Amino acid sequence: MQYESKSGVVTCDSGFAEQVRKGSGVSFDRCYQCLTCTLGCPMAQYMDYPPNEIIRLVQLGLKKEVLSCSTIWICASCESCVTRCPNEINIPHLMDILHQMALREGVKPKEPHVPAFHAAFMDPIKRFGRQHEALMSAEHFIRSRDFSPRTLKVAGNLGIGMVTKGKIKLMPAKTGKGKAQVKKLFKDTMKGNQP
Amino acid sequence: MKYAYYPGCSQEGGEEHFGKSTEAVCRALGIELEEIHEWTCCGASSGHFLNENLSLALPARNLAVAEKMGLDTVCVCAACYLRLKQARREVRHDPELRRKLGGWLEMPFEGKYDVRHLLDVVVNDLGLDAVKAKVTKPLKGVKLVCYYGCYLMRPPEIVAFDNPENPTTMDRLVGALGAEARDWSAKVDCCGGSLMLTRSDAVHDFVGNIADRARDVEAEAIVTACPMCTMNLEAMQTGKDKLPVVYFTELLGVAMGLPDTGKWFKKHLKSPAKVLAAHGL
Repeated sequence: MQYESKSGVVTCDSGFAEQVRKGSGVSFDRCYQCLTCTLGCPMAQYMDYPPNEIIRLVQLGLKKEVLSCSTIWICASCESCVTRCPNEINIPHLMDILHQMALREGVKPKEPHVPAFHAAFMDPIKRFGRQHEALMSAEHFIRSRDFSPRTLKVAGNLGIGMVTKGKIKLMPAKTGKGKAQVKKLFKDTMKGNQP
Repeated sequence: MKYAYYPGCSQEGGEEHFGKSTEAVCRALGIELEEIHEWTCCGASSGHFLNENLSLALPARNLAVAEKMGLDTVCVCAACYLRLKQARREVRHDPELRRKLGGWLEMPFEGKYDVRHLLDVVVNDLGLDAVKAKVTKPLKGVKLVCYYGCYLMRPPEIVAFDNPENPTTMDRLVGALGAEARDWSAKVDCCGGSLMLTRSDAVHDFVGNIADRARDVEAEAIVTACPMCTMNLEAMQTGKDKLPVVYFTELLGVAMGLPDTGKWFKKHLKSPAKVLAAHGL
């Protein structure tokens, strides 16, 4: 269904709300727009739609708007909204389900460096069973290609601090059998294998 | 008092001094920690970002090993704490997930044993009187703020061992060590977590605000109980006059007169040693 709004013609996907409801198990229908989530959200000022508006967009089936917005990527998962929501709506989990849906459906992420970071973070874990900070950082730059002055400055400062304070570990941790077990968990869970 | 110990990746990586101070302080306090054999990463903030099943299976693997040990698990990183606690909670509530996890892990996991943060164990199991009895060098005159961040207290149905909006556990602990914990407004604010490299603009704002609120009440340092918070607070403060950040375990070490405190402080991007030295510590 299409209808006109101030910003042009929008398309309502009548199945979207149900798809999100089923996929997340989050009862977002209870939202009565009290804005408690948005008032306590530290990231709200950096988002294109604040959390309460994401809820409304999902209810209305505005799939394109939701999956192409910045909010679903930059939610910090600080859990303030769900802690305070009078209707116990798990918004951080909803954000996880929404950006996973965007990735699955091939929607170009509005904040592409964020999924690149999380993929880079998981990479050493998949390989060694534990995190390896230097490899993770390198992997982030390879994946994100974010060589903006802002990011380079942060990474540079942190890198210099890590080196001068002797915090860099070269060898990955030894996790024995854990390593193979973690590899298997990645394989099984990411495929959604049902044992 | 004996627990299974889940160190977490940071405690053997960049925040090794948190791990080292944890082990030394627990030895001194008579809290026995037995490391979970061949423990692996909990997936932290990225596991649940990518895949819900993976975000439960990674921590569950460690808890399944701890379950064989027949012990409650203690951890020190707030992110590990939430991830481990959540895996236990889900598995107890969801028989279908328990079955699936059992298959993926190739060992049973029923969530029989609890997961605790060390701060909770020290204050609520051991108790402040037992801590006070071990203090040889009271932190007299040191003005501090205690920073709880997100995952020690949120979401409260999974993790909180105190009032999620106004926790005081850490404040009471540093008070027992002789320091002065100042009340302040940023104790449960978010540090920006895993957005450090991707939205550093926001993280700079958050950390700047946290440091400013600490300065408002004339704090000399910020006390933390999470390696991620510490990393953000240390690395993302701007300006010349940065506030040092110190782990609650390190303060316990100083107050109990443990020998290695100097080694731990050398690993900080900004050492808290100077602040403590100004008070003769």
